[in-house]
Amino acid sequence: MSDARLRSPLGRAIGLGSAKEGVQHWWAQRLTAIVLVPLVLWLVIEVIQLAGADRSALVAWLHNPMSAVLLIVLLVAIFYHIALGLQVVIEDYVHDEAWKLTALIAMRALCVLFVLRGVLAVLKLALGA
Amino acid sequence: MSDPRPLSPHLQIYRWQLTSVMSILHRASGIALAVGAILLVSWIGAASDGAESYAAFQHFMGSWFGLLLLFGWSVALFYHLCNGVRHLWWDTGRGLELKSVYASGYAVLAATAALTVVAWVAGLSGGSH
Repeated sequence: MSDARLRSPLGRAIGLGSAKEGVQHWWAQRLTAIVLVPLVLWLVIEVIQLAGADRSALVAWLHNPMSAVLLIVLLVAIFYHIALGLQVVIEDYVHDEAWKLTALIAMRALCVLFVLRGVLAVLKLALGA
Repeated sequence: MSDPRPLSPHLQIYRWQLTSVMSILHRASGIALAVGAILLVSWIGAASDGAESYAAFQHFMGSWFGLLLLFGWSVALFYHLCNGVRHLWWDTGRGLELKSVYASGYAVLAATAALTVVAWVAGLSGGSH
């Protein structure tokens, strides 16, 4: 905030104030949310159609390039959205700095692992014979 | 944490309201869905591992415990989806009057129930389990 009236002299002197990185988090959470609204509805419809069917139906579904691409976009958006959401939860409830940092790193590492596992599986099914 | 100044009243002093309960449920369903995303990755992962893994996954999901997980997952998904759209609407600066907040709150609950019923009727009537 550039408006000096909103900041106390003490706050200015010790350099406290905006961390200048909140907007990125807020914006990314909304963007992924907007992208996920149609994608999740699409996935629900696809999953219902695949319910009870055997593996070949799923393979046929992912052999369609559009299905595979949409599913990859969904996986990336969903785990990005999860990482942003769980970050806030951890920051709200874990007050010890060491535990907070550990939890944040572990959470993000798990998100990366799961999204890579998911995307690799989609690619394998989409490109496999 | 040793600051002797008084804290604001704790959570349990407040009366339950639709607004606060739905806010808490949004976070709770988000956390549940983060765990549930593992289910999504396991599904595609099992398919990419081969027919045996996929059959084992389907066997688990068809059990009473698997169906219970899936039911809880679907309720959390539809709630978080509908309430997320409500949040996006709020982000445009609209619907923030008390009356609108309650109206959209009841609409989200109704939509969650409707979507859950429709999805399960469609899933159970179409699937071969």
